[in-house]
Amino acid sequence: MSKEEKKVNRRDFLFTASYTIGAVGVGAVIWPMIDQMNPDKAQQALATTEVDISSIEPGKSITVLWRGKPIFIKKRTSDEIAEARAVKLDDLPDPQKDEDRVKDGKDEWLVMLGVCTHLGCVPLKDKGDFNGWFCPCHGSHYDVSGRIRKGPAPTNMEIPKFEFVDSNTIKIG
Amino acid sequence: MSEHEYVPKSKAGKWFNDRLPLLTLGAHLTDYPTPKNLNYWWTFGGILTFCLITQIVTGIVLAMHYVAHADLAFASVEHIMRDVNYGWLIRYIHSNGASMFFLAVYIHIFRSLFYGSYKSPREVIWIIGLMIYLLMMAAAFMGYVLPWGQMSFWGATVITNLFSAIPLVGDSITTWLWGAYSVDNPTLNRFFSLHYLIPFLILGLVVLHIWALHVPGNNNPVGIDIKKPSKDTVPFHPYITIKDAFALLVFMIIFAGFVFFTPNVLGHSDNYIPANPLVTPAHIVPEWYLLPFYAILRSVPDKLGGVILMFGAIFILFVLPWLDTSKVRSAVFRPIYRQFYWIFVLDVLMLGYVGAMPAEGIYLVLARVGTIYYFAHFIIVMPVVGLLEKTDPIPMSISEPVLTGGAEPSLARKVNDKV
Repeated sequence: MSKEEKKVNRRDFLFTASYTIGAVGVGAVIWPMIDQMNPDKAQQALATTEVDISSIEPGKSITVLWRGKPIFIKKRTSDEIAEARAVKLDDLPDPQKDEDRVKDGKDEWLVMLGVCTHLGCVPLKDKGDFNGWFCPCHGSHYDVSGRIRKGPAPTNMEIPKFEFVDSNTIKIG
Repeated sequence: MSEHEYVPKSKAGKWFNDRLPLLTLGAHLTDYPTPKNLNYWWTFGGILTFCLITQIVTGIVLAMHYVAHADLAFASVEHIMRDVNYGWLIRYIHSNGASMFFLAVYIHIFRSLFYGSYKSPREVIWIIGLMIYLLMMAAAFMGYVLPWGQMSFWGATVITNLFSAIPLVGDSITTWLWGAYSVDNPTLNRFFSLHYLIPFLILGLVVLHIWALHVPGNNNPVGIDIKKPSKDTVPFHPYITIKDAFALLVFMIIFAGFVFFTPNVLGHSDNYIPANPLVTPAHIVPEWYLLPFYAILRSVPDKLGGVILMFGAIFILFVLPWLDTSKVRSAVFRPIYRQFYWIFVLDVLMLGYVGAMPAEGIYLVLARVGTIYYFAHFIIVMPVVGLLEKTDPIPMSISEPVLTGGAEPSLARKVNDKV
């Protein structure tokens, strides 16, 4: 091999340029193929739901569907709120104050995604060791604030973005 | 291969073969020298080929009547069962066929584990086989989702949620897999598309699996290298074809027994309830062939840890040829490994059993013990036993197992007569 051949020449430039353009082209084709699997416009369009909560009695809850997932809306009694607030943060695998899981001044309303954070099953209400929810699939126990207490689930049940439109209606999403 | 050049007899055959040597390939497959001591555990390759073809043929027919839409899928499956001519038969063959496919593949894999068929020079055959096994699990899982019953829906939810355990990008990946914010119509659509695709990928891998097999040739119960062709081999046709055909016939009798007498025994009755995203069935279980891995998943009290161990339980098989340090292939000549082998078989069966039970109390304890042993078998037993074990004398050839090395004649006979 002579030294001349190792020097960068026109052919090397052409190779590099071709590979680069080729890679950009392949990427430009692959991305639409991947992104088409993400939620489409019709799915995204279902992103908000309004719910009438006037008929829920204290201590009771309802389940509504939002983006294909159940939302638990529970009107808690003052005992239940007190119970949730008496828990020490050190006892929680995913420490979070009950106050941070509800809207200020609307402490009785717990609105959360009724989806177990383990593998996505719907927990059963008024079950489990902590007076809250129990997931039948793999045995996760949640308390009356929807916080994980025992079992394989890593985090508390998620609080979706929601707001009170008026005192009887909430808008989820 | 080592056979002499094949020349077709007819002029037309020669003309064609010169242009595309398909007849040479055919001749290679019929004359393919096979160890003469192959026992019935070696017939499952043929049985598995039959299973794959059966699934493809019945699947194509079912796709002519099935509707992949969340609102219509459940009804279309019932339509197949009630209205389509012989629809019940074709669907029961397809759904039970999946179970029979896994039954055969597990026997095939455990045969390989016992006789050391995964060892040099057959590592690539083993790895391609595992890729087929992974694709089979993907196909079976997606197929189970298609009827859109309660088990379909919640099975899909749990399995796709496994990916949400991945740090940082887990939720985005799960949403991407769903094409929605939960398992929904887009999920069903793509699963149907992939369920139709995967069997053909498997078919391609089967060709590679057999191709890779035909390079070194079959392993055999004695596990020694043999000269091919020689006194130790017989041509594939008619010797192996007839043996495979007989085994297949017995297999088909069992298969037909399930299809005609207990077509739903391996399924779950909850899957005859249409999918409901608001209610999870009280006790969800995967199909029986995934239960050992499900038990491993549930044995870990941590989400990511459980997912890692579950996938690890499968992926550790890929490095098995390098974890096993023994030079001797067949467990027939490995007195210590042979015992661990059977403990391992029992361990997997136990994991399968506890996988079907609720994850609490004694079942959780058993699942944890079983999981630890599962990994210990590969990480500790395989390398250590291979180094320390004193193996029995190995015969020089299949024909003359007793002449040299002093192997027990009874042992050699035992091998030949196995099953």
